[in-house]
Amino acid sequence: MIEVDCRGLSCPEPVVRTKKALKDNAEIDVIVDNRASLENVKRYASAMKKAVNAVQEGSAWRISIR
Amino acid sequence: MEKDKVRLTELVHSSGCNAKLPPGDLDAVLKSLPVFPNGKLLAGYETADDAFVYDLGNGLSMLQTVDFFPPMVDDPVVFGEIAAANALSDIYAMGGDPAVALSIVCFPSCLPLSVLHDIMLGAIGKAKEAGCTIAGGHTISDREPKFGLAVTGFAEKSRVWQNKGAVPGDVLVLTKKLGTGITMTALKGGEADENSVSEALLSMRTLNRKSKEQAEAADVHAATDVTGFSLMGHSSEMAAASGVSIVIDWNRLPLLEGVKYAQFGFVPEGRYTNEDYIGPDADTSALDQTERDIVYSPETSGGLLLAVPESDAHLIDGWVIGRVTEKRDKNVFVKK
Repeated sequence: MIEVDCRGLSCPEPVVRTKKALKDNAEIDVIVDNRASLENVKRYASAMKKAVNAVQEGSAWRISIR
Repeated sequence: MEKDKVRLTELVHSSGCNAKLPPGDLDAVLKSLPVFPNGKLLAGYETADDAFVYDLGNGLSMLQTVDFFPPMVDDPVVFGEIAAANALSDIYAMGGDPAVALSIVCFPSCLPLSVLHDIMLGAIGKAKEAGCTIAGGHTISDREPKFGLAVTGFAEKSRVWQNKGAVPGDVLVLTKKLGTGITMTALKGGEADENSVSEALLSMRTLNRKSKEQAEAADVHAATDVTGFSLMGHSSEMAAASGVSIVIDWNRLPLLEGVKYAQFGFVPEGRYTNEDYIGPDADTSALDQTERDIVYSPETSGGLLLAVPESDAHLIDGWVIGRVTEKRDKNVFVKK
């Protein structure tokens, strides 16, 4: 599984990296550590007609995009 | 570093009015501080107005405001113009005329000084258009560039507009389209197309001077401008200060082309903290997620928001976006 670690990054960088990773991979996990990034990555993945599931892991979220 | 290689937006963490501290955090600090009363201060920070109002005692009021932020565009001249238009707007939102200003500059020592020159050049040009002189300033070295103005303006005491005073039956006029924050977030992400960007830049560079002068012919009951706290935040402040509620019609909101990027997640961070703070006093249940993103997103150098009698609305170039009602259980309702 491709994991895109976006901890420490602020918007819109996590969305940009998610987009890049989805170009070469149908399924990825994106790790974010703030709510704006969580919401914005979910918006991008949904707009790309992907199934999105986010799980909190400590102070971060793992967003599974399938 | 060569001048043509400088990308101002790559040096900063956040940009424009999106860089504002979350409203709830600021409010908590302000409420914990003592207030030293001053009989000549007709409006201070406790009213959440755009500028303070100081009674000069001769029928004139002095208005004072300060606004500065990191760049949202790479062109230093355009950044200077936008930062100046944004700071000057607070004076127009209070019904005043800007007279003199001081610049506030944070500038990285690694950048060529020509960049600072160009930022200042943009600001001076925009201030001149407003009839305002930049008479001094203060510059410090900082890792992230930031620029803005502290502006002094004047208005006849009886003609100062505040965010209180809206009465049931008034209509709300907005003088610029929404979507600058979303468009600039998409630009930072390398997504925004040229048309969306140029439309947003033109809007942000435009002074609110003409809107203010048109509104002087109307009976303005309350006024503010739409900036970092979003349409929802600034409407909510007006409703709370006036002791009324505001009903906004989603279908009448003027939108920049760039709002199309919200659905792809190009939404400014401030949108989320704005809803945290304002949401309990607002009803946006009629809206879908993207529509809510638009009304809660920070704007940079946004339009004036004016509460006027319906018969006066035609005097102002803008959009009638809603109306004022008796006080209800929420400050702001957005209907479809």
